[in-house]
Amino acid sequence: MNILVAILTLVLCGAVLVVLSAPFRAARSRAGSTAAAHPRSEPDAVLERDELEAAREAKYREIRDAELDYRTGKLSREDYEAIDGALRGEAVEILNRLAALGGEPADADGEPD
Amino acid sequence: MAGLGRACLLLALAVCVYGIGASLYGVRTGRVELSESGRRSVYSLAGILTIAFAILEIAFLRNNFAFNTVADTSSRTTPMFYRAAAVWSSQEGSLLLWAWLLSLWSSLALFLTRRRLRDVAAYAQAILLGFGGFFIALMVFYAQPFATTSPAPLEGAGLDPLLRFPTMMIHPPMLYSGYTLCTIPLAFGMGALLARRVDADWIRAIRRFAFAAWLFLGIGILLGARWSYSELGWGGYWGWDAVENASLMPWLTGTAFLHSLMIQEKRGMLKVWNVSLVLATGTLAIMGTFLVRSGVLNSIHAFGGATLGVPFVCLIAVLIAGSIYLVVTRRDMLRSEHRLDSLLSRESIFLANNLVLVGLCFVIFWGTYFPLISEALTGQEASVGPPWFDRYTVPLALILVLLSGVGPVIAWRRATLANARRNFLAPAAVALLTLIALVGAGVADKPFAIAMFCCGAFVFGSIGQEFFRGARARRAMAGEAAPIALVALVQRNRRRYGGYIVHIGMAVLFIGVAASSSFQHASELGLSPGQSTRAGAYTVRYVRPTATITPKYDAAHTGSTLSLGAVLDVTKHGRHVATLYPSEGYYASDEPSRGSVGSLIGGQPVSHVAMDAGVTRDVWTAIEPDIETPALKRIVQVGNRTLPPEEAEVAIGYLARAYLAHPPQAQFHVIVSPLVMWIWIGGLIVGGGGLIAIWPAGGWAAVFVRRRGRARSRARAAQGLQRA
Repeated sequence: MNILVAILTLVLCGAVLVVLSAPFRAARSRAGSTAAAHPRSEPDAVLERDELEAAREAKYREIRDAELDYRTGKLSREDYEAIDGALRGEAVEILNRLAALGGEPADADGEPD
Repeated sequence: MAGLGRACLLLALAVCVYGIGASLYGVRTGRVELSESGRRSVYSLAGILTIAFAILEIAFLRNNFAFNTVADTSSRTTPMFYRAAAVWSSQEGSLLLWAWLLSLWSSLALFLTRRRLRDVAAYAQAILLGFGGFFIALMVFYAQPFATTSPAPLEGAGLDPLLRFPTMMIHPPMLYSGYTLCTIPLAFGMGALLARRVDADWIRAIRRFAFAAWLFLGIGILLGARWSYSELGWGGYWGWDAVENASLMPWLTGTAFLHSLMIQEKRGMLKVWNVSLVLATGTLAIMGTFLVRSGVLNSIHAFGGATLGVPFVCLIAVLIAGSIYLVVTRRDMLRSEHRLDSLLSRESIFLANNLVLVGLCFVIFWGTYFPLISEALTGQEASVGPPWFDRYTVPLALILVLLSGVGPVIAWRRATLANARRNFLAPAAVALLTLIALVGAGVADKPFAIAMFCCGAFVFGSIGQEFFRGARARRAMAGEAAPIALVALVQRNRRRYGGYIVHIGMAVLFIGVAASSSFQHASELGLSPGQSTRAGAYTVRYVRPTATITPKYDAAHTGSTLSLGAVLDVTKHGRHVATLYPSEGYYASDEPSRGSVGSLIGGQPVSHVAMDAGVTRDVWTAIEPDIETPALKRIVQVGNRTLPPEEAEVAIGYLARAYLAHPPQAQFHVIVSPLVMWIWIGGLIVGGGGLIAIWPAGGWAAVFVRRRGRARSRARAAQGLQRA
């Protein structure tokens, strides 16, 4: 039993080593170009895009919430039109900034709510 | 296999240490592969601890009493279900469960954020591995789940009779899931502060985990209350016990966070408040674990591990100091982007709701930790009981329920007085009608209960109005039939309407609490067969005694050697309502000084409650038989003198027959409580609403699979700007 435990332990250690070392092997296979080209772990453009996508989703929710507030009688028409106009303007501004970043923006978790 | 289990713990500890170092060094130097390796440490930890947990679980299922934990908390006569769940009935097994659940939830959180928030996630994984390493170190150095004894005993001590109840077995995994999920937002919050990325993205990443923590904690709390009511012989569901309070506090601050994070998402406000709430919730979850593990406070739940107190205090001190340091040094980045547009706005109501929730948490915190503080300052232990807690929590709970009805009828950003008046009309009318009906029914002498009923009615009115108006608006836009419009409304606005359902559930729950505590009728007295007592409008007659012996006749699998009880006939105005069978189980003791017969029934007696539960009321009964009469004691004494241990059960049979033939007076506790079932129903509604709110619109697959593509993104932009 002790030999079996020792063998199983070694196998487990080996499996853990394989899992933990996988990123290093992947980096080596890319011949160090990734590390050289990205002195920071995440480019600033990616960070900004993530922030803008989060802001975009929040703005969509605000627009929908405002319309629902109006249609359920919590906002007067005048207030709703003022708020809706402002929100849509803010949303367009976010979309323009996203478009200016270029590349392929991606949905982080794919859900609008 | 205990050796493999110990090896797993050592390997897990090493992986945690490596992962912390790799994550921190990777994020500081910008080396992606190091941070990635650190994240894989979390996955590896989950795999290793799964193996460790499986080893211990198999040991329990196979009655491997060489494991000390198995010998201490299980036995051959313990039913399979309880044997499987007995893993977490011990200090050691519960620590392993905690660490295992932490590793699983952490792996999920880091997998979902693997392509974003890299800087934040790197710090978060270091913090989560720190928590994991802490708990694993406790298991390696203090409470070893894989400690063994050789030779192995032939039989175990068995599961504590108080834990032989299905909900009590599910309660710990739910509660620990809640506690461990609380550490996810804490880790990401600290990570956001350390990485100086305090925008809405990290909030968005952890929102579901905060919600899941809240949901699991709530389920755990409710299961514990149900166990207390159904199993313990005092007839209550909440006693302001220290460990009960310890689970409620992070739930309260978590509830506050779920509301105020919406404000940060929409308006970029309350950043300091939100990050403080997240850090406080995680810290309170660790403090709750500390209360259960350290034995510093007396509690029916406590595991009494006094040696674990010092490490936990150190961890909590580091968490508190670190949280304060991070918030203070990053306060410039946490400035609000906007201000409140109007006091008459949903933002203001949410802020008020937050203050009440945090106030509740503070009151409970003070009352729970007061004994410790008092002892530290004066040298004398003091305690506060339920009356103290009720004095301060009841008014706050009333305000909370009222606000949960006000919030839904107020618009975001600003509402006009005219609109507000129009929206409050129907809910206020419902509340007023309720008040008139209650006063007319002659219950004016319970002001707090009446106030809670009226606030609950206000909530029903306001949220019912929201559903009605929302469905009507949907019908006007889409031309759908009413039921379809209602479903579509909820589907497209899950967070809002799921939240409304949660509010309804909480109102139902609080109404149940108010009714059952304010209008309860109780009777506690001694009865002989044929005698009766009254509780409210119900008459309870002691028909005859009952006695059962040996576990194989025990249909409830309680494992008691002897069970003495009664048949009770419950009537109301002469009409039969129910027949109840309360009993008290007597369990074996491991004290040889009690003698061969005495040790068979000398363990802690456990009350088995009998109740007739209904929608309008519960009739709850418990019995405490008198087993110390001269005649019964003589049987035990003679048995101790004359019978060897292997024949001692014969005397138990004589004991049971003597009890049936000449039953002494027994103490009965009878309680009639209205609307108790509404507490559990309210909890179910809260859970259902929470699930709706957390459910992603594209299904769970969409959460795990990122969609890419500029065309898709453009389509979403257009869709997002279309009418809701």
